[in-house]
Amino acid sequence: MIRLHPTMLRGLVALTLIAAAALPLLAPNYYVQFASKAMLMGMVALSLNLVVGYGGLVSLCHAAFFGLAGYMLGFMTPESGGASFWLSLPVALLAVAVVAAIIGALSLRTRGIYFIMVTLAFGEMLFYLFHDTKIGGGSDGMYIYFKPEIALAGFPLIDLEKSSNFYWLVLAMLVGAILLMTAIVKSPFGHALQAARDNEKRALSLGFPVFRLRLVAFVVSAVIAGLAGYLSAAQFGFVAPQMLGWHLSATVLVMVVLGGMSSVLGPVIGAFALIGLEEILKSSFEHWKLIKGLIIIAIVFALPGGIRQLAELVLPRRGDEGPPAAGTPADGTPDPAIRRAEAPGTNPQAQTRGEFQHV
Amino acid sequence: MDALTFAVQLLNGLQYGLVLFLVASGLTLVFGILGVINLAHGAFYMLGAYLAWWIAAYTGSFMLALIGGVAISFVLGLLLEEIFVKRMIGRDHLAQVLLSFGLILVIDEVRQILFGKDVHSVAPPAWLKGSIQLTDILSYPVYRIALCVVCLVLAALIFFVIQRTRLGMIIRAGAENRDMTRALGIPFDKVNRYVFAGGIALAALGGILVSPISTVFPGMGDGMLILSFVVVVLGGIGSVAGAAIGALMIGLTDTFGKVFFPQFSSILIYVLMAGILLWRPNGLMGKGN
Repeated sequence: MIRLHPTMLRGLVALTLIAAAALPLLAPNYYVQFASKAMLMGMVALSLNLVVGYGGLVSLCHAAFFGLAGYMLGFMTPESGGASFWLSLPVALLAVAVVAAIIGALSLRTRGIYFIMVTLAFGEMLFYLFHDTKIGGGSDGMYIYFKPEIALAGFPLIDLEKSSNFYWLVLAMLVGAILLMTAIVKSPFGHALQAARDNEKRALSLGFPVFRLRLVAFVVSAVIAGLAGYLSAAQFGFVAPQMLGWHLSATVLVMVVLGGMSSVLGPVIGAFALIGLEEILKSSFEHWKLIKGLIIIAIVFALPGGIRQLAELVLPRRGDEGPPAAGTPADGTPDPAIRRAEAPGTNPQAQTRGEFQHV
Repeated sequence: MDALTFAVQLLNGLQYGLVLFLVASGLTLVFGILGVINLAHGAFYMLGAYLAWWIAAYTGSFMLALIGGVAISFVLGLLLEEIFVKRMIGRDHLAQVLLSFGLILVIDEVRQILFGKDVHSVAPPAWLKGSIQLTDILSYPVYRIALCVVCLVLAALIFFVIQRTRLGMIIRAGAENRDMTRALGIPFDKVNRYVFAGGIALAALGGILVSPISTVFPGMGDGMLILSFVVVVLGGIGSVAGAAIGALMIGLTDTFGKVFFPQFSSILIYVLMAGILLWRPNGLMGKGN
């Protein structure tokens, strides 16, 4: 584990925030928009990690929630101007919450491989709903010509058409999402969710409502993914069925693993890393997806602990002095993926996750 | 709908279900025996169809395309098992999901490099061309009937191998209890390899067999993957009989759904899946219901 002194850590966080906030003043527009996109992907990865990392449930339908919120903005944007931010955002998130509650309630009846397949299937159901029917322009998608308007009592507050303003909104939302996720993970609810991941039977016999805990986590996670999708649709002014497709879900899953599942911030860093890498590959190679695929395979075999494992290989190890960094869980448990790499077959999670050991 | 149209649709549904069964049985066997989730299954369906188109374009023979496509896929399956999948056994599902997602990207891009991304069609063998005239306006292609027969024969073969042969006994024993089977000194790891390669070959075979009646296009694997997953969820993991029931249910639901509710036919399948999940979360023939 790389651990920083709390003062150093606070300084680092403050510096990062200042640098992030100052970016639109210093960098050209292209980078501002690219950073907005990366932060939105970071938000999706962050949300997915609540289910995958802390809940121990591999969901493959989060892109569907991401895309659904985007389409909701599309439906609510009139042809003459922007939709009201205060109205369209809550409605979009409510729609995502309702759909996620239904999908979650059905999928959470299953375990392991079944859960993966069922979430994948329901995610694709939404994909085909928008792809095959005319409600959202079919496979062509639909344009959102105006960004949502943030107004107070009729007076426009922030002009989102300016990419720097939009960037700051996204940054604020991401910081908010990180704080919310940290609070959730440290709350009794978060602890119970992790307990159910580590040993479902024990959590059940201690009286935790495991199904309900997971359902709440699933819906909360979907709503945050929806927030990212809403903002993403607003940024690009376009929604297409591919936004809901499972390839995006799987890519976000790669981000989560790349960044590390055991911390709130890890997946955000993983998202930045993957988005940055994709951007470089796209501009350098025609067949960049081939390289992306090979990199993913390499991560699975050589780097199951993600970037943190890479950092540990490169940087000298520090002692265990001081409290754990803000990003790690309160009990300082090492990344489960690293633990797995060190001791194959002895991972306690394998018992709760591997459904082939029929009871 | 008169009786004859109904019969034609019924036949279409059965034929669709039978192809689905071929692909999904490969998937369910790999799940059940290796305990590995393979998202790249659909990619091999797509690859099979492209291989068939490619071989048929060079040789002009559909039969050669059929044999060549299955053989190449089988060898590819053996190689992949040796290089990647072997190391995935016993690892958590997340790693398996990511590995197979990486494989999909690689396979898609290699297909793009080798065969391009154009939409193609493959001609059926000459002796299966033409159609049977049912009425003045209604006819049924001979190839579709042949496809049904071939699929039924293959299904019978799969059941025979699993229920009546020594290999099938090992497969069933392995699905029941992997560690015990290995402890008894049965060469289970070797069986694993052939099961994986066989599963891949079945997926490719499905793609090859449908290539004369539907178009060959890059995204064809994705749709098939999801449908196969639904079939496995309906039938229960590792159960070939369950896959058969699930595949026929999906085939008929989809075909009649397209007739009665054209826009929402693809949703109908998931409604069916949701219903089955409420009733039997581990599938119709799954264990532990």
